[in-house]
Amino acid sequence: MNKIWLVIKREYLTRVRNRTFILSTILLPLFLIGFFFASVYFSATSVEKQKVAVSDNNGIFKSSFQSGNLITYEFPADVNADNFKEKGYSAFLKIPDNYNSSSDSIALISTKQLGLDAEDKIKDQINSAIRNQAFLKNNIDKKILDSINNIDEDRMYNFKTIVKQGNKSEKSNAALSYGIGYGSGFLIYITLFIYGAAVMRGVMEEKMNRIAEVIISSVRPFQLMMGKILGIAAVGLTQLLIWIVLIVLLSSISGSFFSADALQHAQAMNSTMGMAGNSSAAANFLNARDTFLSANWGLIIPCFLFYFVGGYLFYASLFAAVGSVVNEDPQEAQSLMLPITMPIILSFVIMATAVGKPDAPISVWGSIIPFSSPIVMMARIPSGNVPGWQILVSMLSLVAGFILTTMLAAKIYRTGILLYGKKVTFKEMGKWLFRKA
Amino acid sequence: MAILELQNLKKYYATQKAVDDISFSIPEGCIFGLLGPNGAGKTTLLRMITGIFYPDSGNIFFEGKKFDPVKDIPKIGYMPEERGLYKKMKIGEQALYLAQLKGMSRSDAMKQIKEWFIKFEMESWWNKKVNDLSKGMGQKLQFVITVLHQPKLLILDEPFSGLDPVNSNLIKDEIFKLAKNGTTIIFSTHRMEQVEEICNNIVLVNKGKKILDGTVSQVKDDFKEHIFKVGFDTLPEQFNGTSFDVAGSNENSYNLKIKDGHKPAAVLQELLNHNASIVSFNEILPSLNEIFIKQVGQLNPQN
Repeated sequence: MNKIWLVIKREYLTRVRNRTFILSTILLPLFLIGFFFASVYFSATSVEKQKVAVSDNNGIFKSSFQSGNLITYEFPADVNADNFKEKGYSAFLKIPDNYNSSSDSIALISTKQLGLDAEDKIKDQINSAIRNQAFLKNNIDKKILDSINNIDEDRMYNFKTIVKQGNKSEKSNAALSYGIGYGSGFLIYITLFIYGAAVMRGVMEEKMNRIAEVIISSVRPFQLMMGKILGIAAVGLTQLLIWIVLIVLLSSISGSFFSADALQHAQAMNSTMGMAGNSSAAANFLNARDTFLSANWGLIIPCFLFYFVGGYLFYASLFAAVGSVVNEDPQEAQSLMLPITMPIILSFVIMATAVGKPDAPISVWGSIIPFSSPIVMMARIPSGNVPGWQILVSMLSLVAGFILTTMLAAKIYRTGILLYGKKVTFKEMGKWLFRKA
Repeated sequence: MAILELQNLKKYYATQKAVDDISFSIPEGCIFGLLGPNGAGKTTLLRMITGIFYPDSGNIFFEGKKFDPVKDIPKIGYMPEERGLYKKMKIGEQALYLAQLKGMSRSDAMKQIKEWFIKFEMESWWNKKVNDLSKGMGQKLQFVITVLHQPKLLILDEPFSGLDPVNSNLIKDEIFKLAKNGTTIIFSTHRMEQVEEICNNIVLVNKGKKILDGTVSQVKDDFKEHIFKVGFDTLPEQFNGTSFDVAGSNENSYNLKIKDGHKPAAVLQELLNHNASIVSFNEILPSLNEIFIKQVGQLNPQN
């Protein structure tokens, strides 16, 4: 036990003190957060203002179109489809004289794409104008119409889904659980490869340097293998924790700047937009934060850590076994790795389904079978309706699974690590599995 | 007392019998040569002695008790033929790590490392990496790492390969010093002149089987062909004696093979009777190299 500890310590310290580890650990979150805020900043500031010339001979729309701070509508008389560009308009909206007839449609003419967002906004304006016209035509009081229009936007914004299970009900938000599920599944998928490959390279290094034999005359092969696997697991957890701390720290620091800024911005927007039919950005922000906090983090975070470690342990020993049978040729490693990488990639495919359909049979089975459970279960858990027994069975089978893979891999490892110059086939490895030491 | 005793050890691989029923024992404090051609099973044998492999059958006794790898490994030092160190780890830390893996405490290990590094003039290496060392320097480092934990049984697989004569002698002297202080040394090689120089006892293996064992002088004695080299003032005319045949001649000496049933004294007597002016008379013992080639060649007639 003491010797495993020495091996763990060496594996951990040599990696953590490595320059690439320090750089990647600190730079990655900085990069991610920088990227996030840069994209927010650019999307907020670089939106082009569109000026749309509307030709509305009947004058029906003139009163209904609301100029926002992104799109302004003007109703000049002398502008047509050919000269709107010269007059300084980015688009020309042609409303036929008889817009109700099906043969004549409303046309938006521009020299370049306005962007989906702008097009949507213009369509919304047209639709609500037409609807309002229809209401007014049918003798609905304009005051009532205005008040109706005002109410439902706010109500709609507070739309929530509540999932009832027995007597407890939980707020749920499909987009959020999709995001968390996809994010954590993807993170586990990536880290399985990163740290799995680190284990494999470490084993290969020991074999190539021929230090394996020196060490194996002091510790059991199993101790050496487990020491390496656990040492790298500790490196992975360290990296993960540093990332979490850095991300939380940085986003709360920059988030506080951002939110103050956003609130001001939102107020300014509100005053210019009037009842533009949008909730204020401040409410938006608070709402997003509430939704974010509404996720069941108390369950998600412990489960994530469990599946992160469990999935790693399940695959790491297999990567170690592959590393032990590889000789100088890196091509060999590629083909030997295939049986390990295939189930990981397959899990990723199942996960893509599971985030959308957490209760589909393939998602349920995928989240219980240990080959795919670390990735698939994390996609299901944020949805909040995974029965407790499924999580329990999945966790127990993952534990049983990694004990089994470690035992099998150790048998291949102890033979492979001392075998030089011979290309090992899967058939031979199969024989090693059933041979006594 | 035997520090190590092997009884009917067997280790079979799928395609060959690497070690096929080998027994011998190693007296405590001796320098023991394990000889054999390439692929004879030496490495497999050593791996069983160091607890890396379990024998398929047979027993190993260490200090009179059944060999228990976990308990006995700290008393064994093993330098494999294929040297290996972490290329990117600092040399000092590496030595410390490997010594601790052998069960030494950190402070003991530090003390030993310092002593050896000073003895081998390696103090300046502490913060270097193995990558920065020449092959010979790496070899010295490997030797130091093997003996750091003061093993009672030291196993050296081809310890001099890649070393220049100066460093070779340095390590040879250390080996003798360790042996004098009671360390038993197993020395595996196929370089016979080194064995003759260093070892007290030998065992010769080939194709997984033991061919012979014993002390060096006894083995030589067993394989002697009763040839004597007789030096003369002036070479007498060649003649065949009743007690000997002439097996060869040099400038002023004959190699005489004594016929069965005769004694060296009879040869001398006969020569003196011929008024030969004898200046020297020595028995020619076969070198281990000759014995080795003859024994191995007998078993592999195609070579």
